[in-house]
Amino acid sequence: MAFSEQTTAELSRRAAEIIARYPKARSALLPLLHLVQATEGYVSDDGITFCAEQIGLSEAEVTAVVSFYTMYKRQPVGEYHVGVCTNTLCAIMGGDVIYAGLREHLCTEGDEPTGDGKVSMERVECNAACDYAPVVMVNWEFFDNQTPESARELVDGLRAGEHIAPARGADRLVTWREAAMILAGYPDGQATTGQTAGQPTLAGLRIAKENGWTPDSTAGGSGGSSPRDSTAGGSGGSSPRANAGGRP
Amino acid sequence: MTATPSNTVLTPELTAHWDEPDSFTLAGYRRAGGYKALAKALEMAPDDVIASVKESGLRGRGGAGFPTGVKWGFIPQGDGKPHYLVVNADESEPGTCKDIPIMLGTPHSMVEGAIIAAYAIRARQAFIYVRGEVLHVNRRVHHAVAEAYEAGYLGENILGSGFDLDIVVHTGAGAYECGEETALLDSLEGYRGQPRLKPPFPAIAGLYACPTVVNNVESIASVPYIIARGAGSFAALGTEKSKGFGIFSLSGHVTTPGQYEAPLGVTLRELLSLAGGVRAGHRLKFWTPGGSSTPIFTHEHLDVPLDFEGVGAAGSMLGTRALQIFDETTCVVRATLRWMEFYQHESCGKCTPCREGTYWIVQLLDALQRGQGSESDLDKLLDISDNILGRAFCPFGDGAISPVVSSIKYFRDEFIEHNKHGGCPFDPAASTLFGTSRRSTAR
Repeated sequence: MAFSEQTTAELSRRAAEIIARYPKARSALLPLLHLVQATEGYVSDDGITFCAEQIGLSEAEVTAVVSFYTMYKRQPVGEYHVGVCTNTLCAIMGGDVIYAGLREHLCTEGDEPTGDGKVSMERVECNAACDYAPVVMVNWEFFDNQTPESARELVDGLRAGEHIAPARGADRLVTWREAAMILAGYPDGQATTGQTAGQPTLAGLRIAKENGWTPDSTAGGSGGSSPRDSTAGGSGGSSPRANAGGRP
Repeated sequence: MTATPSNTVLTPELTAHWDEPDSFTLAGYRRAGGYKALAKALEMAPDDVIASVKESGLRGRGGAGFPTGVKWGFIPQGDGKPHYLVVNADESEPGTCKDIPIMLGTPHSMVEGAIIAAYAIRARQAFIYVRGEVLHVNRRVHHAVAEAYEAGYLGENILGSGFDLDIVVHTGAGAYECGEETALLDSLEGYRGQPRLKPPFPAIAGLYACPTVVNNVESIASVPYIIARGAGSFAALGTEKSKGFGIFSLSGHVTTPGQYEAPLGVTLRELLSLAGGVRAGHRLKFWTPGGSSTPIFTHEHLDVPLDFEGVGAAGSMLGTRALQIFDETTCVVRATLRWMEFYQHESCGKCTPCREGTYWIVQLLDALQRGQGSESDLDKLLDISDNILGRAFCPFGDGAISPVVSSIKYFRDEFIEHNKHGGCPFDPAASTLFGTSRRSTAR
């Protein structure tokens, strides 16, 4: 089943824009693959053929690229694709339990979506939010400090069509296809929504402000003459400078 | 604050405005003095900008620690070829979580730094290669670049200087290996992200075989400070060979995880004291100084200066200052196995020792973790590791064996204990975040 004439026209228009961003056309391949994924929800054989034609490559050459990158799906996934970080730190902080619990709760295998097409899940590698572990992603937006219960509630809410906002992301959680369109280089106007930073991101800044520390306040430019409280021994962190709030 | 504190531990500069609701906008960034460094740089000769960054002592913040100004200086001038700047925003080293908050909080610091860097190396085209798996970062970076165009900081004749620059935001598609600079370039050219043999280095034959600088987000974001405040201000911080400030990311079993910006050379003991120590009722077992590709440390290393030389002398690497903290509830065999599963999954497959070696290490570790290995497996693990070390195109292989070799070095008995015990002697629930909070609520 090839793309409809209208779809092909729309895709071709965008493909031309994407290719024009680069000095050499082949550089456009990754965004073009995001583009066809935005259209169909996954990279189909038709999508591969389309990309190959745009750049003048063989389908085999494009397929070789698709299979290298984990974000390109060769089968449909859910409208909301959930990634549970099970790299070492998140796994140990609870990611393994969250993953196992969600798997059991959703009764799905691999990337396949639930019967209603709403939710699919997979393990993801470190998503660069370790100070918010354990982390769950939905359509590549952050859901921080998860528990097995909160993760179950999250997917139940997604399946029920509730309004769910990420912890640090856009106000409106976009669908899988909408997310792929942003990744193709077509942002959705939500850049200025959502917060600047979560609490852990600000942990050091808060302490520095309380103490009046700045790059200019160092004497002699060394960080050496600093408190040497013995806290690593597990006293429970009673340093007066420690942020009183603890974990969020 | 009236008096100058003598014991400054933290030096927020890149992180200084993250608590403002609009620091990611052009208005917010300008309010904090943003884009003044660009105006200043454009009045300098490009070579003077390079000299200034050299003089600052800034070393690459993406892990390798190569002097940034020296890298810029390697770009041949007057060669008639296009030059390219590529910002490596593909942050994905396990434990590393500093570039993502920079791009969420103050993406303009990266954009301004990129414009200055491009001016210095005489590039007319730059790319920001952003990790695909973080959607909001992609939005914020696109938005910042669009705002910069609108304000005349990008495009033609920037601030009337005659300098033209275009920046393209390019989104990756999920491949750890693309954080390696030559694999990133292959990926940006539309290929599988596999590394290239060096030499030639990217400075000679990079993107499209043209002279190219690839810099990490944090390195690039440090450039405006160096230009605005002078190389000396930056070089006054840090240690003799590791100058300036950097973001230290604390995660895991620590009371207050988060981002702590400090001069290089700070110690984990100092940072932990600010972060409230290891979580209540527990003690430090092991930690990574710079992500999973850097050999682990133990409580013996609390006072190691976290600079390139100090960490190196103690047998590891500063890497990306990703301080993942694990307490005594954590099984080091489980942690190592999981890291190795990551390396096996992410090995790009180009070099046989890395591709096959990571696979076999996982098999052996998995058996050991289930109590079905033998003591001789430890020697086999070290032998395989030795056959990966230095035998791959890129540093992936060397990084992959770091957790194996270092965990056997410090915790050999624990591997053997699994055998005697017929399985893992640890309760995984005890190391979880929620397991703890439930217990402490019950108290």
